Amino acid sequence: MGEYVLEMDDICKEFYGTPVLKHVGLTVRPGEIHALIGENGAGKSTLMNILFGMPVIAATGGFKGTIRIDGAPVMVNTPRQAMELGVGMVHQEFMLLPAFTIAENIKLNRELLRSNIVSRILGARLASLDVPAMRRDARAALDRLSLNIDEWLPVAGLPVGHMQFIEIAREVDKRNMKLLVFDEPTAVLTEGEAQDLLGALRRLAGEGVGILFISHRLSEVAEIADRITVLRDGEVVGRLTRGEVRIERLAELMVGRPVNRVERGARGARAEGEVAVRIRNLVVNMPGERLHQLDLDVYKGEILGIGGLAGHGKVAVANGIMGLYPARGEVEINGRQLSLGDPRAALAAGLGFLSEDRRGVGLLLDESVEFNIVVTALVSQGRFLRRGIGSGWLAARDARQTRAHALRLIRELDIRCTGPEQPVRRLSGGNQQKVCLARALTQDPDILFVSEPTRGIDIGAKQIVLDLLTQMNRERGTTIVMTSSELAELRQICDRVLIVYGGRAAGCLAPDASDAEFGLLMAGGAEVRTA
Amino acid sequence: MKPEAELQRPRGTGRALAVVKTFVDTVGIPRLIIGAFIIGIFVLAWAQRLPIGMLVTSSLVRFGMNGVLVLAMVPSILGGEGLNFGLPVGVICGLLGALLSVEFYMRGAIGFLAALLIAVPLAVLAGWGYGLLLNRVKGEEMMIGTYVGFSVVALMCVVWIVAPFKNPEMIWVVGGKGVRMTVTITNYWAQVLNNFLKFTVAGVEIPTGLLVFFAACCLFVRWFFRTKLGLAVIAAGSNPLFAKSAGINVDQMRIVAAVMSTVLGAIGLIVYAQSYGFLQMYTAPLMMAFPAVAGILIGGASASKASITNVVVGTLLFQTLLATALPVTRTVVAGTLSEIVNIIISQGVILYALTRGGGRL
Repeated sequence: MGEYVLEMDDICKEFYGTPVLKHVGLTVRPGEIHALIGENGAGKSTLMNILFGMPVIAATGGFKGTIRIDGAPVMVNTPRQAMELGVGMVHQEFMLLPAFTIAENIKLNRELLRSNIVSRILGARLASLDVPAMRRDARAALDRLSLNIDEWLPVAGLPVGHMQFIEIAREVDKRNMKLLVFDEPTAVLTEGEAQDLLGALRRLAGEGVGILFISHRLSEVAEIADRITVLRDGEVVGRLTRGEVRIERLAELMVGRPVNRVERGARGARAEGEVAVRIRNLVVNMPGERLHQLDLDVYKGEILGIGGLAGHGKVAVANGIMGLYPARGEVEINGRQLSLGDPRAALAAGLGFLSEDRRGVGLLLDESVEFNIVVTALVSQGRFLRRGIGSGWLAARDARQTRAHALRLIRELDIRCTGPEQPVRRLSGGNQQKVCLARALTQDPDILFVSEPTRGIDIGAKQIVLDLLTQMNRERGTTIVMTSSELAELRQICDRVLIVYGGRAAGCLAPDASDAEFGLLMAGGAEVRTA
Repeated sequence: MKPEAELQRPRGTGRALAVVKTFVDTVGIPRLIIGAFIIGIFVLAWAQRLPIGMLVTSSLVRFGMNGVLVLAMVPSILGGEGLNFGLPVGVICGLLGALLSVEFYMRGAIGFLAALLIAVPLAVLAGWGYGLLLNRVKGEEMMIGTYVGFSVVALMCVVWIVAPFKNPEMIWVVGGKGVRMTVTITNYWAQVLNNFLKFTVAGVEIPTGLLVFFAACCLFVRWFFRTKLGLAVIAAGSNPLFAKSAGINVDQMRIVAAVMSTVLGAIGLIVYAQSYGFLQMYTAPLMMAFPAVAGILIGGASASKASITNVVVGTLLFQTLLATALPVTRTVVAGTLSEIVNIIISQGVILYALTRGGGRL
């Protein structure tokens, strides 16, 4: 057995010409807990996909570099092969069958069999399950994790923490397990459960299993890891060992990135000026992005950024205020109380919204570009209608005015389409986003909530989208609240950046605050402060 | 597909191919197959010396009398409720209107209009209730609709038996109460639309009134879906989440769609009945949704996308196929068997055509 159970050497990977991993190296010793940290999109998942031979890697042109397991070079082409080599993965999302028992889930697809008459004639596929033996094995695996729960219970209805342990037990049960990868195992756990899990990790490491631990929670990482590798934009930017870990240093390494800030001229009137949106005790029940409590003042004419890691509730702010998810609390728009849970009231109060789920919520994919551009203005403001036979709800759409308006915006925003009648489904992500922006421009709200405006669009289009938002803010005086997972773009155009952590405001920073400050807030390593 | 063909601008045969391809893409393979089959039938009819004029006439009549029922599918599809398998709800309202107008001995155009005037408010109420129900079963509208249709038809069977209708021409001769299986309306307002401004050209009778009425219904629906209300219905049907974020009350819009569809179903039944000359009672409305569904699907609509063009093209193809195939098969295969052969062939062609579409109807 070599010194390392896993060595990944000089790994490079491109997706359609965009490098996502650049000469990444990573080693794990037997019995070691090695942490891999980085922002969303730093390349952690891609690296793991390579390790596990996920089909998506081969389908996008493979990768460069070598992987050695126990010192022997390997070529992993399928997840099954990785499993045979003794590499296991505990998934972020539970891959459990709710109706099956714990033992069945642990043994899924590796069931212990007993032959019977039928199977002797028709082959092993029809063999009976050796249930007692399966339960014994499952029990042993659960005991190794010190999980005191009956193996014959169905998975449905178990607490989330237990499900995570069952996932781990499934991996532990595999005989030759040498290396276990944990992808954000504590993300969905309570603090107590997380502590139990860390304990289980230590025990496993004590038995000589190498552990690769991916997490956003820097305090956990600092507590448990023997060595730490920090990824940023596909590059290794730091390797630390237990003795030299400081949370501040980790945070800085994680988010540090040159910010090419656009100078926006004198904006003296903005600071501490009139409040456009006053939020008190906002609670939004959005599954996966719960917001527990938020107080926030958005000033008239500013661009406020809301950042934070995925799952911490940053996108819930806009969704709650717009009434798309159940929300409680007090929200005042320009001094007037807004009734929550009513999108129509929100629109009437002068709010606009571009959803983070562009294809799911933000567009009518099968309708034309022009209809998508005017629909909100038409339905909520009664514009683009002809005065004629009916009035109000029965007024007919003014086709000529719609067309002229759509053509103008298609030209101004350079929306690449075959014409205003093309269904938006056929447009590229960047052009779809421009259609959304065109709709917002048409609606011309006082306050625009825009979520993940650059998600899934290419770099050129990104810059155009950011420029458009800045332009809207400057020329029309639109107050913009922009939510984004990309800290760099928030720091590029926002006047202030609010970081949300664990469903609460972690702090509000000026865009030129240091990397360490941002990193700390995002990773929950700091006291709540305000800028 | 289309933009590619436009961009490349191939020359010579390539260009001709591109033109053919664009044509096939626009019309759709199912419609080409059915169209070709219908042409085949007409050729056969001509070879058998059948009166072509009569075939065309009956095709036109069937087109007009079924058109509104097919049109009733459009609001429900655009409102996101899928194909309206609950069409019998509207049909029953139409039957009630028709029965009441006959009960009051109203004849001619007056009788027809009275039937409409009675049926439409009933359909608005019924459609509203149906819409409320559909809002509770989002995603299962088509299956629930089928059962709603069956239940309503069964319930109304009881009503037809016990309803205190008095007109001796519609109640059972023996026993003196309850509505007959089939009520003949020849003496009341049968054919009023068909005969309105009817004229004959080259052996073909044109049922002007019927076609004009159908066209008017189409134009009304087309206009409706260009109003603020109609566009909100489309937005709610196309993407409920989007509609919600645009301040549209999705549930209300779905009710509007259900009401529109039910009202058109009621009007459609009355138009159908005046052309047919009979009101078919009891279990007859059970199956009325299916030819309408077939019609709009053949026209190129899906459970989520439909247009007036789909209605017109689909009804024309489907009804022409049904109207012409039977007389032609009768000359080839004798007796009752011809009826069966006709069903096998015409339904078989539809099935074949729709499966050839490669997922795209």
